[in-house]
Amino acid sequence: MNKSRNYRAWLYLAPVLILMGVFTFFPLINTIVISFLRDYNVTTGANKGFTFFNYGVVLGILEKNEGSGFTDNSFISWNSPSALSNTLLITFVTVPISIIISLVIAIEINNIKVLKKFFQTVFFMPYVTNIIAVGLVFSVMFSDGGIFNRLFKLMFNSSISISEGSTSWGASMLVLCLYVIWTALPYKILIFLSGLQGIDKQYYQAAKIDGASRFKTSLRVTIPLLSPQILYITITSFIGAFKEYNAVIGLFNRSYTKDQNVHDLYTVVYYIYDKINGASFATEMQYASAAAVILFVIIMIFTLVQMRVSKKMVVY
Amino acid sequence: MKGPSEINTQLNLIIPGNKSNIEKTKKAAHFWHIFGMVISYAFLVVAAIIVLFPFYYMVMASFMAEVDVDNGRLIPITGNFFENIVYNYTQTLSQFNYGRYVGNTLIVAITTTLLQVIVTILSAYAFARLEFRGRDILFTIFLATMMIPGEMMVLTNYITMSNLGLTGRDQTQIQAYLAMILPFISSVFYIFLLRQNFKQIPNELYLAARVDGKSDWQYLWKVMVPLATPTLITITILSIIGSWNAYVWPNIVTSTAANRENLWTISVAIRNVNLAVLEHEVWVPQDSWLMCASVLTVVPLLVLFIVFRKYIMSGTGRAGIKG
Repeated sequence: MNKSRNYRAWLYLAPVLILMGVFTFFPLINTIVISFLRDYNVTTGANKGFTFFNYGVVLGILEKNEGSGFTDNSFISWNSPSALSNTLLITFVTVPISIIISLVIAIEINNIKVLKKFFQTVFFMPYVTNIIAVGLVFSVMFSDGGIFNRLFKLMFNSSISISEGSTSWGASMLVLCLYVIWTALPYKILIFLSGLQGIDKQYYQAAKIDGASRFKTSLRVTIPLLSPQILYITITSFIGAFKEYNAVIGLFNRSYTKDQNVHDLYTVVYYIYDKINGASFATEMQYASAAAVILFVIIMIFTLVQMRVSKKMVVY
Repeated sequence: MKGPSEINTQLNLIIPGNKSNIEKTKKAAHFWHIFGMVISYAFLVVAAIIVLFPFYYMVMASFMAEVDVDNGRLIPITGNFFENIVYNYTQTLSQFNYGRYVGNTLIVAITTTLLQVIVTILSAYAFARLEFRGRDILFTIFLATMMIPGEMMVLTNYITMSNLGLTGRDQTQIQAYLAMILPFISSVFYIFLLRQNFKQIPNELYLAARVDGKSDWQYLWKVMVPLATPTLITITILSIIGSWNAYVWPNIVTSTAANRENLWTISVAIRNVNLAVLEHEVWVPQDSWLMCASVLTVVPLLVLFIVFRKYIMSGTGRAGIKG
């Protein structure tokens, strides 16, 4: 632990420190700074000083062009689907459902002996596939004449078509949630399975001797012993669902209804990227930054709350 | 994991005075065991079919005449099976510049991965083996960045790229590649994976190497790197898959280029390309061709997955965040 080794360590770290300095730490601070600057100019960096104006615009409180009488409520709105409400809906629908489904599948896979490896592989396979490409497959299956839409019509006599022009917000959201759940399963199953394989078999034998049913064993033995993995998965999937974007792009490639004015399929991240898309990049960066900071804060709060709650719930 | 005192004897609870005997309870237990197994397998098979159905449908739809896709058929029924396949794929490839997109993707993927592996090895070694002031704090800060939504970085990185002159209308091939590669060379997750692996290598090896007069640098490349090969393979595969599936960043940095069609990576291309046929002077999008393009995008991944299944599953299993 002499001085020469001390300095050599920084040489080893130099590449990563330079790269992360430029592409991680600087952007983090810079984005926060931009979110507080009035009329920020992307190319010159010119601005009119510190302000909360950008947050006011994003939250639909202030008018972007003062005196225009128009506030943008595509981020948050009380009477129509908005980026924030859609994101919250996606999160609170898909996270619990996908956790329960993957937990059941993992427990069942752990339960069997023959073909265990096979099922493990099968259920993990969707993990490596392309979200955009499979999103296109879903969009075809749920299109007007698509196989699932036909099935749905046959069963419920109504359409859940997500073809452009014939779509409703509800149908699109339903298909989106289905797709998000589908993409969320493999990783969760993998983590739960590795957790299950670490549980000592003696617990199960004890439960068996006590005459516990399989369901009761799962509920009273497996799930408590799996609580660290469940906590980890809950936190990461909340973060993941809050950042949902690729699934919307894969399925719809649009955030708006047919008249292209109402952004009823926005998510928070979709809102952010739309702001810097193409020409608007030069003038809207400060709003995108403000929205990104809001996203950051929401994720932090969620994570901290879950950590707090988990301290009482997790059994080690 | 087997406990040292695993119980192998079957215990049967017999209540005196009841009609049941040992044989009967054993039989009942056996029956319920079989019954439970049947339920388990039935459930798993049904779940597997549901999970895999999109793949089945993607492949089948790419074999169908367009009318079958539009009518929601489960299998191709119209036209000649082989003629449909040849027609769909040749038409798709004539509008979907697969070779170019794969070429772009591979150039970005391989360069990113190569640089990533070198940078990761160096920093993982520093964190695992070398001692310096502030090591633990720095590593904690690194890990903390994984919690921060990437969107925060994307916004400023886009400004940085445009200030470096790497984006814009006149974007060249090289500029596009650089813009796609640069921000992704450093990966905290991979540093974390490799550091954990490096830490498992016993200290005695290091001391022995020191006695033999080997420097830190030699020890890293001659001893540690070879020993960590499985983890390095995992990192390589995950990184290549990540580049193949990346959509947001490659789409943003090429979106303003005049010749963006030539700069697209595969994931960007499949979302932005129009596969359509001219019917009565109207372009009609062809879902069957879109499914051909999806097959062409997904199948290489599935092949990679089947070949490197172990590495991929062990890598992601050790706690990670996708993308």
